[in-house]
Amino acid sequence: MTTKAIAATILLAAAVGCAHMASNAPAEPGNDQVKAVLEGSFKALGQAGLDRLDQDDVQRICSAASAGQGLSKEDAARIEKEQLATIKYPSDGYMGDWKNGEKIAQLGRGKQFSDNPHEPSGGNCYACHELTKEEISFGTIGPSLRNFGKNRGFTPEMQKYTYAKIYNSEAFAACSNMPRFGHMGILTEKQIKDVTALLMDPQSPVNK
Amino acid sequence: MDRNRKVAAAWLLAAVVGAGSLAAQEKSTAIQEIEKYRAALGDDNPAELWEARGEDLWKEKRGPKNASLEKCDLGLGAGVVKGVYTVLPKYFEDTGKVEDLESRLVTCMVTLQGFTPEEAKKNPFGGPGKKVPMDALVAYIVSQSRGMKMNVAATHPKEMEAYELGRKIFFYHGGPHDFACETCHGADGKRIRLQDLPNLTKTADVQKTYSTWPAYRVSEGEVRTMQWRLKDCFRQQRFPELEYASPASIALTMFLAKSANGVVLNAPAVKR
Repeated sequence: MTTKAIAATILLAAAVGCAHMASNAPAEPGNDQVKAVLEGSFKALGQAGLDRLDQDDVQRICSAASAGQGLSKEDAARIEKEQLATIKYPSDGYMGDWKNGEKIAQLGRGKQFSDNPHEPSGGNCYACHELTKEEISFGTIGPSLRNFGKNRGFTPEMQKYTYAKIYNSEAFAACSNMPRFGHMGILTEKQIKDVTALLMDPQSPVNK
Repeated sequence: MDRNRKVAAAWLLAAVVGAGSLAAQEKSTAIQEIEKYRAALGDDNPAELWEARGEDLWKEKRGPKNASLEKCDLGLGAGVVKGVYTVLPKYFEDTGKVEDLESRLVTCMVTLQGFTPEEAKKNPFGGPGKKVPMDALVAYIVSQSRGMKMNVAATHPKEMEAYELGRKIFFYHGGPHDFACETCHGADGKRIRLQDLPNLTKTADVQKTYSTWPAYRVSEGEVRTMQWRLKDCFRQQRFPELEYASPASIALTMFLAKSANGVVLNAPAVKR
């Protein structure tokens, strides 16, 4: 009896809930409404201006995709093609100094309103990736990059790919969680070369 | 005296943990130290100091109108604090807005005590050597729902709208890093460095998280509120500054609170 009553209540609640949703639920807020609420809720501070709330095409599509709409094959292909075209390659090779690259991978500073904009940003790679055997404080949002070059081969093609992936990850995986370090001006060309070396130099601890 | 000693220990540990950037080895040592500290505390929670101060502040006559907050309607009628955190955020007829605990306290400081909204929202977060009323009031009110289940209705159209907005904001990618809340809190079993990240799109994780905020942060020696938590997340997301008690902050809180419905509150909790 009690169980039945509870079941009936739950059923009723579900039915009422559905009816409620159908009759009263506000339409899902559109992008413009969300943007307007955000603009009324944030204020510029330090280097972080309100223009950071403006989305580019990638951010707009990936927001809708992650909110449940999913990412169509067409959108994914278009994002990757367009983002690939943004990549500016260095004229003097892809590889810098892996020792500098390790420092950049460790450094979490950069682009926050609490950061000094006159100091260089880090890549903060360890926040999300395993890289060297020595550094055990690594995150897991991205895949492990242990033995990155060793596993893939120390070829010029892989060096170029690595540079490009760091420069603009969306060129290879639409709606990736990884920032577009070059495209968005987080890291300089030289810094990206140093991180490329961290991943691709046979002497780098990543490959040891 | 015992209490003072514990607070001193908390500050000391906070200083140790907060000092500089920690290498991996030191970091894991710090985590062990926090665990030791927690064990030493036993059932005691430094947030009790904030709770006690908040209760006094609730009853204290303050502001241009020299009135206490005791007639404040936080959602269950004037002056009711027991269990009220379980139904927040909610829609309030008198303001025509959905309000979370913190924005509602601002409302009452304005209407009952005569502060301007700017005064009521100024300095909501404490810091070293800086005691502020808001985090203490929040700690007190939340503590009065400890052991009770989250029960946010979200049936009023404005509440449903806030929930949907909060959900959209959770997935809103932007800024130089393309980050959304979802970037760090959208998958199971992830970490930043060694810090575990709850998957806030999953009921079990959002319940565990929501039911333990606000919290006494050992690393800062402060009670941190939900508004603080959201603001500091957006800082790390490389967004501009989330304004205190802003519509986006309330919408996000609604999204999280409703998603956590059914969980037994155990806040203010103690965290790293």
